[in-house]
Amino acid sequence: MSDKSPQAYWKRNLTYLVVLLSIWFIVSYGCGILFVNQLNAITIPGTGFKLGFWFAQQGAIYVFILLIFAYVYLMNSLDKEFGVGED
Amino acid sequence: MSVQGWTFLIVAASFTLYIGIAIWARAGSTKDFYVASGGVPPLANGMATAADWMSAASFIGMAGLISFLGYDGSVYLMGWTGGYVLLALLLAPYLRKFGKFTVPDFIGDRYYSSAARLVAVLCAIFVSFTYVAGQMRGVGVVFARFLEVPVNTGVIIGMVLVFFYATLGGMKGITYTQVAQYCVLIFAFTVPAVFISILLTGNPIPQLGFGGSLGGDVGTAISGGQQVYLLDKLNQLHSDLGFAPYTDGSKPMVDVFFITMALMVGTAGLPHVIIRFYTVPKVRDARISAGWALMFIGILYTTAPAVAAFARTNLIETVNESTYAGGGEKDTPQWFKTWEATSLIAWVDKNEDGKIQYRKGAAFAGKPNYTADVGAYGQRLVENELTDNENELYIDRDIMVLANPEIAQLPAWVIALVAAGGLAAALSTAAGLLLVVSTSVSHDLLKRTMMPDISEKQELLYARLAAAGAVFIAGFFGIYPPGFVAQVVAFAFGLAASSFFPAIILGIFYKRMNREGALAGMVTGISFTAIYIIYFKFLGGTSDQWLFGISPEGIGTLGMIINFIVALVVSNMTPPPPDEVQQIVEDIRVPKGAGAASAH
Repeated sequence: MSDKSPQAYWKRNLTYLVVLLSIWFIVSYGCGILFVNQLNAITIPGTGFKLGFWFAQQGAIYVFILLIFAYVYLMNSLDKEFGVGED
Repeated sequence: MSVQGWTFLIVAASFTLYIGIAIWARAGSTKDFYVASGGVPPLANGMATAADWMSAASFIGMAGLISFLGYDGSVYLMGWTGGYVLLALLLAPYLRKFGKFTVPDFIGDRYYSSAARLVAVLCAIFVSFTYVAGQMRGVGVVFARFLEVPVNTGVIIGMVLVFFYATLGGMKGITYTQVAQYCVLIFAFTVPAVFISILLTGNPIPQLGFGGSLGGDVGTAISGGQQVYLLDKLNQLHSDLGFAPYTDGSKPMVDVFFITMALMVGTAGLPHVIIRFYTVPKVRDARISAGWALMFIGILYTTAPAVAAFARTNLIETVNESTYAGGGEKDTPQWFKTWEATSLIAWVDKNEDGKIQYRKGAAFAGKPNYTADVGAYGQRLVENELTDNENELYIDRDIMVLANPEIAQLPAWVIALVAAGGLAAALSTAAGLLLVVSTSVSHDLLKRTMMPDISEKQELLYARLAAAGAVFIAGFFGIYPPGFVAQVVAFAFGLAASSFFPAIILGIFYKRMNREGALAGMVTGISFTAIYIIYFKFLGGTSDQWLFGISPEGIGTLGMIINFIVALVVSNMTPPPPDEVQQIVEDIRVPKGAGAASAH
């Protein structure tokens, strides 16, 4: 029987946050800003997009949307597992 | 039917729809008025949040801004979307679980302090008014441009409309009107974008055409039938004319980083955005509606940079070296003259060759100040002092979206649609902000601070009066815009980033955070940010004095970091918060038992 305490629930929640926010930071601040010049040396095959520029103006936004839906999915499963959902 | 006929028809139809929704969704209680009784479905809330968030500036201004900034414009794209990740993961679910109506409610209860509540109320009102002044002006400008009424008449029509549905329906009326407004504005933004993408790249999806080769009717003419990527062509045009490459930045990296962060964190701390997550029934709905909101916002925010690149390429290709009077190898297009007539374009023939030269730098100082005369080729003359560079063209950034349908030679109804879309964007944002002001006054200031004994009915009346008052003040700012509106927008984000955001985050994630720490953090964070912005925006500070090379737009990030540090240090030197407050924190971390948003 695994730990079903609120503390355990909170800890799992924090783990998800750290992972998802790291991705958030990497795609926007990493790929779109800090390493944009290095990534711009690469062009996305079949398009005119330089990779860093694409992350800054397109890619980061797509990843943001995916991150929120991933979080929703993870938390809904977590709520169910710990029996703390609202219905 | 003429463009004006179509515009009247479509704008009138959309307004009738908004008013009809307002009558259907009128508010009967304070809970209806403040948070639509917490009964809004997540998908609808996502749309309403998107419309609330995307203002006239997003709809009209952003694509133009990016068009002229190239890569540097990314700060707005990432900054104004990335904040929703923070909202969804760090704020929305917990604030929804906390219940209540407003951000000052949370700050006041979590930090057991009416001083903290008051600081939060004043910040909320200041931030909202800063924003709303620009929106009402935007309504007036759109009316003026498309319906040929004076700007002030346009502001008054907008006031009457917002007055009607904001005071009658409160949050409930505003939410469902915003759903309709989202549909209007996103349709109005994407239809011209799709057509332009087809014309320049032959690809109907702007996000793909953006990275595609030149093709289609206009694109093939530009490339001369060769296989060349649009972005490569644009970079080459830029280097031919002396501009920095479109896909590279010219701002220092540290500044780009700090501005993006300030915009993201500021977005997550803006009261009119946060309040939207109180309107859904459950914690789970708060999470998912942030996802829907970002998806709906993302449609516009990924289309805008594509439109920016298309418009930029087309502008340079069709206008540069074109013969204004006609009869040359390449003639200046008709839309150029239409928009010159509305004072958004000016051409000064410095080398007197009758052709328009577009180069780096400003053609003359400031905005064009037209004389009554026309020049040798029929162009409008300006009396501004000319600069000594070779550039002969002044072009207002807003034109990129407004003139797009004409540039792409789309039918009259599409142009009318863009007008209705611009109005929808401005009105929905204005209404959302006005609601925050009225809630702050009637709920946070009157009910929770000054007159706790008023009845529900009286509070509702005060809420309506406050909404009405806010509409009038906003309208006043719209008619007599203070010259500093553009400067204070940086303030709104900087302030939200350096005050609310750390206080809310620490309130949720750090149980030990106490009143002393939060207050000290908010006060130092705001003061630092405010002094920096005032010094550089109003007292003539110059960019070589910037701290670590950070511009006033990005300083909110540093203010936020200072807030976090001060709050943590002070809270650890002072007694921990009372047990019942620690209990609140335990409680908001778990979704179970959220219940409806409530006053007590």
